[in-house]
Amino acid sequence: MHEMSIAVNILDIVKLELARNGAAGLKSIRLKIGKMSAVEPESLSFCFGAITEGTDMEGARLDIEEVPVRGRCRNCFAEFELHLYFSTPCPRCGEASSELISGKELDIVSMEVV
Amino acid sequence: MHDIVLNEKVLARNAELAEDNRRQLKERGIFTINLISSPGSGKTSVVERTLEALAGRKKIAVIEGDIQADLDVQRLSRFKIPLRQINTGRSCHLDAHMIHHSISWLMEQARLDILIIENVGNMVCPAEFDLGEDIKVSLMSVSEGDDKPLKYPAMFHASDVLLINKLDLAPYCNFDIERARANALKMNPDLKIIETSCTSGEGIDAWVEMLENMADS
Repeated sequence: MHEMSIAVNILDIVKLELARNGAAGLKSIRLKIGKMSAVEPESLSFCFGAITEGTDMEGARLDIEEVPVRGRCRNCFAEFELHLYFSTPCPRCGEASSELISGKELDIVSMEVV
Repeated sequence: MHDIVLNEKVLARNAELAEDNRRQLKERGIFTINLISSPGSGKTSVVERTLEALAGRKKIAVIEGDIQADLDVQRLSRFKIPLRQINTGRSCHLDAHMIHHSISWLMEQARLDILIIENVGNMVCPAEFDLGEDIKVSLMSVSEGDDKPLKYPAMFHASDVLLINKLDLAPYCNFDIERARANALKMNPDLKIIETSCTSGEGIDAWVEMLENMADS
């Protein structure tokens, strides 16, 4: 999507929390990024590195957990991983459509600070 | 060294503003549609045909989103309705913050029934950014290929209504309408699909009737 503007967004949220907590330095940020979130983890890390370079957050790491795309069958409620988004049939009953239960996350889970 | 737990959505701010937009629009009884498609599918033409059919019966306002220029607003100026152009500058989609800025302008208009937000031409990002609308209406045209829904799942999955536009060109494009419908329904079995042509007028009545029914309910 727009990894640069998302990196800036993340930095804004993190700066606010650092100030709120009176923490001095940032070591890493743990993110959950769904595979259907349209955010490329490598690109995001690159952009984050670019915007923190030369600041006191230079060197802070993004630890990204990629969340698989999972759906719940509308027919038999089986839960399964989707490979072709929205066009993976249910492995149990073959139903074409499912409800998305994970895969669109773009969350800041936690930050490691000093 | 210690951990600060946040569990915060990065796009929380857009979601908050979208909900505020939604609340204010609902309070005023304004039915809002977010019109999305790739550039050139016919969004502005659909808005023109819709206004021709409905502007006499319903109070409609339009917000146009484009990277630059106010050409679409100029095209619609003949309808003498509340019109606003949002130039995003670089952003390839409208977001809730941009619409939030227009809320006070909307509230100043005499009683409104419908707000049409014509998003920036883009099949990817608009689907991800809630503006506070009641429904997302997406467009694809017959010259874009009947496999579009398979390649851009998020847009079709997020939409309530799909208009398959430029029907008059179907004989000249290698476009299978039934395949396009089937592909779209695969992405979203609840999608309401209407085939339209802004040139011949085909399907416009059905679209306008659907919009009016949704706005009235």
